[in-house]
Amino acid sequence: MTSTHSRPAIAVTGLRKSFGDHVVLDGLDLHVPQGTVFSLLGANGAGKTTTVRILSTLLGADGGDVTVAGHDLAREPDAVRAAIGVTGQFSAVDKLLTGEENLRLMADLHHLGRGEGRRRVARLLDQFDLTRAAGKPASTYSGGMLRRLDLAMTLVGSPQVIFLDEPTTGLDPRSRRDMWQIVRDLVAAGVTIFLTTQYLEEADELADRIGVLDHGRLVAEGTAEELKRRIPGGHVRLRFADHHGLDAALRILGQASPDTDALALRVPSDGSLRSLKTLIGQLDDRAIEVDELSVHTPDLDDVFLALTGDSRNEKVTAP
Amino acid sequence: MTAPVLTAPAPASLRFHPLRDSATMLRRNLKRMLRYPSMTVMLVGMPVVFLLLFVYVLGGTLGAGLGASVPGAAGGGRAAYANYVAPAIILMTVAATVQGTAISIAMDMTEGIITRFRTMHIARVSVLTGHVLGSMIQAMISLAVVIGVALLVGFRPTAGLGGWLATAGFLVAVSFALVWLAVALGQVSKSVETASNLPMPLILLPFLGSGFVPTDSMPAGLRWFAEYQPFTPIIETLRGLLMDEPLGNNAWIALAWCAVIALGGYLWSKRLFNRES
Repeated sequence: MTSTHSRPAIAVTGLRKSFGDHVVLDGLDLHVPQGTVFSLLGANGAGKTTTVRILSTLLGADGGDVTVAGHDLAREPDAVRAAIGVTGQFSAVDKLLTGEENLRLMADLHHLGRGEGRRRVARLLDQFDLTRAAGKPASTYSGGMLRRLDLAMTLVGSPQVIFLDEPTTGLDPRSRRDMWQIVRDLVAAGVTIFLTTQYLEEADELADRIGVLDHGRLVAEGTAEELKRRIPGGHVRLRFADHHGLDAALRILGQASPDTDALALRVPSDGSLRSLKTLIGQLDDRAIEVDELSVHTPDLDDVFLALTGDSRNEKVTAP
Repeated sequence: MTAPVLTAPAPASLRFHPLRDSATMLRRNLKRMLRYPSMTVMLVGMPVVFLLLFVYVLGGTLGAGLGASVPGAAGGGRAAYANYVAPAIILMTVAATVQGTAISIAMDMTEGIITRFRTMHIARVSVLTGHVLGSMIQAMISLAVVIGVALLVGFRPTAGLGGWLATAGFLVAVSFALVWLAVALGQVSKSVETASNLPMPLILLPFLGSGFVPTDSMPAGLRWFAEYQPFTPIIETLRGLLMDEPLGNNAWIALAWCAVIALGGYLWSKRLFNRES
């Protein structure tokens, strides 16, 4: 596999797109090696879906060079379409047809022979746990089943590159985990996945590399670990029974940032036993009652909020 | 030695198969019609209700007023009116069917499956031709039902086999034209509700022509419109073919209208389908 990693499945340079005066993508650069998962993170309106729509030939770009699966997007859109699969945010299934008929429709449109089509449909129904519901109209399916059928339909054509635009939005935790397993299996089979998500946990779980999109530009790119290392967000969270305890602790722990509504205090810490001992010692000396203590290592939430300048919830404190 | 070929033929996997894809899309649309029979029933029911209404409720009085200007209506009364109104009801059947076309196109557009088709390597036009072929089949079935009911309630066409074949061919042309127009109307609609309202004029146009009463009974301005709007020559052609009467220029004018509507609808549809969404 390592040798194929050098050839990019998706290469984007200087991608630009505006709708009227509104600049959505402002010089986006991306490089996704074959057989990996790339996750594009961003708040709503950051340009994630626009990126997917351009890369999947649905929308023309205003500028920039894009190759997908080795084909130039602008010059060979048909070759790109033949190599990709797209599963969008909203299910692209025919709700009046049954699950099996939806898959057969895809098999026919990919011009698979009768026998080959039948075999592939049966295998996908089985693989996506849809065999029992195969004969029922898709309108009767649950959200998770629809999403699985949607992805199964994308896979009928054996695409080399798959775009998943927020594939688990609105799914229950169990269905989300099922979806993650499916994605891992696909990558193991050599498929390249371009994933957009608003769930940082999802990017953390699945992605080889993560790009953080903010106002149409990539503000950071790297593995989850690299991104976490970039910002110092480790802290200890203390929760108190009343304002009295909170105020007293705040007086002795100068660097802490309080959350008065939750009666909680956020103290910068590397999470080591020694620093915890010191902290507890300080609190003990003054007999301050702490209801609850929890240790937080920096997670992607911290990274995301720090990078996108969104300081609504948390303040990133220097160590 | 030959010059190097700059444009190599597309590899087999990149070739388009418009006929095969259209057949696939047609199968999909026929299945959808079977799954959603209430729409078909409603679309056939509407002209049947109008037929019964006009023959049994209004037919006696309207038939008496047809006057001598209408050939074959000399006897007046309900029987004469059944013969007079049947072509209008037949055209209304086509108009009702294409209302269904616009609705199912709009349903497709709102459902996201079209977005999937757009990202796939398929002959794009097949998405539309699948709808067109499906609607044509639906129109022919509806027409058979409505003509059957018309025969039961007193429609007595005098056409021979040739006249019937010509009628069938002419109805195929009319349906083809109106279906392509409806494909565009369905795409231009932002919602399924709009799609069901936009083709309404097609159902009303027979009233503003020679469909239900002769145009010479109308006030001057309306009469002018009625005589020049496309549905009047279409209705007159149907009437002439079915009642075995001379067609005059009507057939050519009607076919020219069909060609214009079909071409316009096709080009408009294609443009709408290829626009960026």
